[in-house]
Amino acid sequence: MNDAVYSLDDIVMRYGDREVCRVSHLDVPPGSITVVMGPNGAGKSTLLRMMGFLDSPTVGDIHFRGELCTNGSEPSLAMRRRVTMVFQSPALFQRSVEKNVAYGLEVRGEENVQARVTEMLETVGLSHLAKAKTSTLSGGEAQRIALARALIFEPEVLLLDEPTSNLDPESVSVVEDLISRIVKERGTTVVLVTQNVFQARRLADRVALMIDGTLIEVGTPDDVFTHPQDARTDAFVRGVMVY
Amino acid sequence: MNDIWQGVQEAFSLIFTADGEVMRIVALSLAVSVSALVLSAAVGIPLGIWLAFRRFASRRLAIAFLYTGMGFPPVVVGLVVFLLLSRSGPLGWSGWLYTPKAMVLAQVIIAAPIIAGFTMVAVMAVNRNLRRQARSLGANNLQVTMTMLQEARVGMLVAVLAGFGRILSEVGAVMIVGGNLKGSTQVLTTATVQFTRMGLFERSIAMGMILLTLTFLTSLLWVLLQGGALQES
Repeated sequence: MNDAVYSLDDIVMRYGDREVCRVSHLDVPPGSITVVMGPNGAGKSTLLRMMGFLDSPTVGDIHFRGELCTNGSEPSLAMRRRVTMVFQSPALFQRSVEKNVAYGLEVRGEENVQARVTEMLETVGLSHLAKAKTSTLSGGEAQRIALARALIFEPEVLLLDEPTSNLDPESVSVVEDLISRIVKERGTTVVLVTQNVFQARRLADRVALMIDGTLIEVGTPDDVFTHPQDARTDAFVRGVMVY
Repeated sequence: MNDIWQGVQEAFSLIFTADGEVMRIVALSLAVSVSALVLSAAVGIPLGIWLAFRRFASRRLAIAFLYTGMGFPPVVVGLVVFLLLSRSGPLGWSGWLYTPKAMVLAQVIIAAPIIAGFTMVAVMAVNRNLRRQARSLGANNLQVTMTMLQEARVGMLVAVLAGFGRILSEVGAVMIVGGNLKGSTQVLTTATVQFTRMGLFERSIAMGMILLTLTFLTSLLWVLLQGGALQES
């Protein structure tokens, strides 16, 4: 896939002697939602951190927009700023909601920050919490603020690590709508990690499945959910315990 | 009991009539303590931050030395500074012995490791994901560092406060290197010791009350300075 945002080849990540992630090949197409599924400890978050340039693989190549950014080629700040990640736990700073949302703009030295923050808070439906302290937010509100903070500088790639795992159904719906909207309206490339098969069915343009630290299958939702090639994929999507 | 009550009354009288000797001791104490605090913070905070962020081969050893420094017995520090500054010592030429400068030097050696140690722990205690998140939001290395320091600000303020508390209450080292000379190196703690030994309880109680008040006011000031940070934590 020539226009892939990411191309990963022969990636292995080890912590000491323990191998936690192995990906022989993965392309992420632009302007789409790639959902990485798998049980706990499958290596999904590790994969996401490598794609977010937060961790480097022990071996293997990651190309971002055709540019190699591993094996001694450190991603530049400009490259890093095209990608952002939202963690499973929202990781908000000890400052007000609006200052959290403004963070990405401020570190880039951008202008018109206040107006953009106001607009973004309206988008996620949390304008009334602009001055609130982050410690007073509910889990759902915190996750939406984390998402707003990531979206405000319009990243080319949005990496989401189980963004709805602790949310109630209404908040899940709000977050999923937002994700779908930014892909449609802005052409943002999204890589989303989840254990939720139903969420993957609702959102994915492409689905990847990881088990025991290894990427075992990648394809369209139809490929993976209806015609899985690997018996473990079949078992996972049917909800049979495979781990 | 009556003696104590009488002592307290006379102590209040000494304070509120701005007794010349008491005020001179308070002024010197504040000058020495604040100077020592500023220098200790100037050394301790950068050192603590550096140890929190840097990874190097002998880091554990360096931290072990730092922890040792946090527990330095003040009289040992006083002895070392005394030997350094004494006429036959390597710094004898400075002429600092039995001056406020020697007292500041001793207090810096006592307080800087405390400030460095608490600062290091405060910075290291910041959630690791926050560092990753800042980086992922586009912060450069300096911006990530500044964000982490801002996250650790309450702990760092406590570090400075702990250093000041140690400085303010220190007696052994300043007694040795300052000599408790009336009018030139006598501070609140050393004066309290001397007045107690001389049976001048109203004066020693006055010194003690001023020390406690200063400690309380400092704590109150820090709490006010921390403001919203404490509420958010």
